Amino acid sequence: MFPASFGYVAARSVAEALELMAKHGDDGKLLAGGHSLIPAMKLRLQSPRMLIDLGTVPGLRGVKEEAGQLVIGALTIHADVAASELVRKHLPGLSDAASVIGDLQVRNRGTIGGSVAHADPAADLPVILTALNASFVAQSPSGSRTLAVDDFFTDFYTTALNADEILTEIRVPIPPAATGTAYAKLPHPASGYVVVSAGALITRQASGSCAASRIAVGGLGSGPLRAVATELELQGKPLTPQIIAAAAAKAAEETDPVDDTYANADYKRHVAAVYARKAIEAAVERASRV
Amino acid sequence: MTAEAQYAAVPITVTVNGVKHEAAVEPRTLLVYFLREHLNLTGTHVGCDTSQCGACTVHLNGRAVKSCTVLAVQANGAEVKTIEGLAEGDAFHPVQEGFREKHGLQCGYCTPGMIMTAVHLLETNSHPSEDDIKHALEGNICRCTGYINIVESIKWAAEKMRKPA
Repeated sequence: MFPASFGYVAARSVAEALELMAKHGDDGKLLAGGHSLIPAMKLRLQSPRMLIDLGTVPGLRGVKEEAGQLVIGALTIHADVAASELVRKHLPGLSDAASVIGDLQVRNRGTIGGSVAHADPAADLPVILTALNASFVAQSPSGSRTLAVDDFFTDFYTTALNADEILTEIRVPIPPAATGTAYAKLPHPASGYVVVSAGALITRQASGSCAASRIAVGGLGSGPLRAVATELELQGKPLTPQIIAAAAAKAAEETDPVDDTYANADYKRHVAAVYARKAIEAAVERASRV
Repeated sequence: MTAEAQYAAVPITVTVNGVKHEAAVEPRTLLVYFLREHLNLTGTHVGCDTSQCGACTVHLNGRAVKSCTVLAVQANGAEVKTIEGLAEGDAFHPVQEGFREKHGLQCGYCTPGMIMTAVHLLETNSHPSEDDIKHALEGNICRCTGYINIVESIKWAAEKMRKPA
């Protein structure tokens, strides 16, 4: 299988990539690791006339700590996110999620920025980044702006990024003390994509009660969903298995997943509660250790 | 003018198995076809052609990747290693030896990809557990379903690579 013919240009800087985007307009498409785009192009689901390669832009890779946040370059591959000492120390839930994307070869090539900008409803990173309250730095010819995760994923394969913007950084707050993060996923057995998944961030009080939480579920809609009813149910309560299970049972409330050949909507809602419980339990366990 | 002709070929320099190659490629050329059809390195196989099966696995700058999902232009300036580059003269790589010793192949179609993934694993983890091996092979499919011997072959190679020569 071959993509339809296209032109190719390797950008050498973000500024040059922005100029190339302006020059090529709707004909242009940004290329990061290519692990969503190239398969789509081979299937002729997408046929951009000009690929603008960000893989040749220096400075967009790596994880660093800055002002209470981890700053992850958009071109950082999943394998490096998963293995990063900073990520494992501060955001083990993100390491969990990055280490179960696709397979080893995909994680060696696919990038965090490419994945979130592609916004596949069955992707892993949007779910955990929602739980972690990430933000996204976008550059455009008029400057840069930061988008909050709750406003970022707007529809199937659609984000709040404008056509003239490039996602350059993913910023994730380093959680406060006594906070645990975790990600749990039911993968489709053939594709490895998310059937249902959940991400959790839990801050424990010294008493053992829940001081704060952010819970997100994936696979139930056009993008990641905050499980607000679950968060409210946990708030201020002791984090016992019974209370966690009761809160997790609300994770799929008011969601409207679609039936597909592998799982129907009722099943997805049911397993969403199961995986929300797994993610919360794992986050609580980690919160108890730090 | 045909649709193909309106896009300029892109000059690339790729080092494959230690040999530097310069070529001008159509941008849509996939790395696997560059290796197979431009360089005649046909040890790298095309299986599913959809990023699933791993038969096309090669190392790009030291990491196992699926060469059906990499454009040749993305490999510009990179080092590529294929199954043909593993042996040193007549001496097989320990993973190749392991597949022979433990009967890690049946039809052989998936074998180059399996071996390239296994080499990447053993270069990053010299003591993989059976689970580590299975997790690493998630992106490699054997339609003969010979997985048990493939895992045994990699265990054999791991042990061999740990022993001082």
